[in-house]
Amino acid sequence: MAIITSIKVFFGETGNIARFTGRFFSTGLKPRFEIRELLSQCYIIGYKSLPLIALTGFIMGLVLTMQLRPSLVDYGVESQLPVMVGIAIVREIGPVITALIFAGKIASSIGAELGSMKVTEQIDAMEVSGTNPFKYLVATRVLATTLMLPVLTVMGDAISLFGAYLGVNIKSVTSFKLFFTQVFHSLSFGDVSPAFLKTFFFGFAVGVIGCYKGYNSSKGTRGVGSSANSAVVLSSVLIFIIDLLAVQLTDLLGLN
Amino acid sequence: MKTEKHFITADEKTETPVIIIDHLYKKFGKNVVLKDFSLTVKKEENVVVLGKSGSGKSVLIKCIIGLLKPDSGRIEVFGKNTPELDHDELDKIRAKIGFLFQGNALYDSMTVRENLEFPLRRHWIDFSQKEVDALVIEALENVNLAHTVDMMPEELSGGMLKRVALARTMILKPDVILYDEPTTGLDPVTAREIDSLILKLQKKYHTSSIIITHDMNCVKNTADRVALLLDGKCYAQGKYEEFEQSADKNIKQFFE
Repeated sequence: MAIITSIKVFFGETGNIARFTGRFFSTGLKPRFEIRELLSQCYIIGYKSLPLIALTGFIMGLVLTMQLRPSLVDYGVESQLPVMVGIAIVREIGPVITALIFAGKIASSIGAELGSMKVTEQIDAMEVSGTNPFKYLVATRVLATTLMLPVLTVMGDAISLFGAYLGVNIKSVTSFKLFFTQVFHSLSFGDVSPAFLKTFFFGFAVGVIGCYKGYNSSKGTRGVGSSANSAVVLSSVLIFIIDLLAVQLTDLLGLN
Repeated sequence: MKTEKHFITADEKTETPVIIIDHLYKKFGKNVVLKDFSLTVKKEENVVVLGKSGSGKSVLIKCIIGLLKPDSGRIEVFGKNTPELDHDELDKIRAKIGFLFQGNALYDSMTVRENLEFPLRRHWIDFSQKEVDALVIEALENVNLAHTVDMMPEELSGGMLKRVALARTMILKPDVILYDEPTTGLDPVTAREIDSLILKLQKKYHTSSIIITHDMNCVKNTADRVALLLDGKCYAQGKYEEFEQSADKNIKQFFE
């Protein structure tokens, strides 16, 4: 019985998220556009996430290089370290780790903010003030996450590669120009474009889940906490599912 | 006094009401909250809807403003049946109705000024910046809080928050104001200040009001007419004095 209930809850929740996403396309993308709020959210979601993304990206590049070196030394291909690190960061690790960090910071913040607005009737107050709260709160945040995550991923990748460059130079000496020439020569269109494109979907998933959980938060502080928590968990899982689908798709299209 | 078995005074019959609630039904699942509720509010009249916690008072005013859709019945505001209006028409009606939320519902990410500007910017009415500034200051002066204009809601006390919320409710100079428990959670002195403000603003702007409360001092100070909501129906209505002298046990319990 418990399994049947869980399955029912799962499909019920999936249906609700699908309906919420449909409402975003049917209502959120129609005029009147909330440009001012969108720009404000881009600033909060994008610019204010940059320090965290930069720090984690830098450490990730540095650590990845240090971890890979011994294996490559064993095989006598230490010179290929920039190539391996470059491909790993740009194709997979950069977008996924950035998206996960982004989900942890932004999905929880959106979930808690909208959840708190819901329980304190601020969303109702917005509605009686002649504002469509879905457009003002949800559409702007989903668009901001969709547009900002790709930008943050590109920046995160760049900083991560810089971290990798420093990592390479810990135990050997490689010039900045040689390192980045090796990295960019190893990357093709098929490496960069799918990795970049999937970040739009990651960003969309983070925005939709954060807003869905906050907008449908139950009453009380417990409800708000639960919204923030489940927004992070669900958006993180979705990032992996989208990643899996993206890899399959690029494989089918022969971009790998 | 007028109950299900009550009397209607002559002026009630002749004056045109601004709000007519007629045979209203609203249920949540199996819980029937409003069951054949009817009430009228005349121009410049303060009607207090009295009832126990959970009796459906807030549901009633949320149905009037269109935040909840009744299952059946009519709610005529300025001659229009609000449950049948589309979003744009409802917004036009909402511009004439102020709503004071129980928990104030001030936007905590905005300053007092931005909170007050929000309805002015949203209701499709073109105001110049000079007009907006003047209206904001006038609204705050009405509640003696002009000095808080650039403060954040978190910097204000409970009473001040209520007065700022009242200023925001009044800023569009609505013809009708719906008060949801305006004195709940306030100390007796501040509660009486809010009562005075309600009366002062009503005289100044000639508004009609529905005041939802179970605070008998608030009822005494503000009511032109009292309606008792019991078991989803308008059980009784009349003047405060008539309620005070009533021998009906359902009414007497509010005075004990």
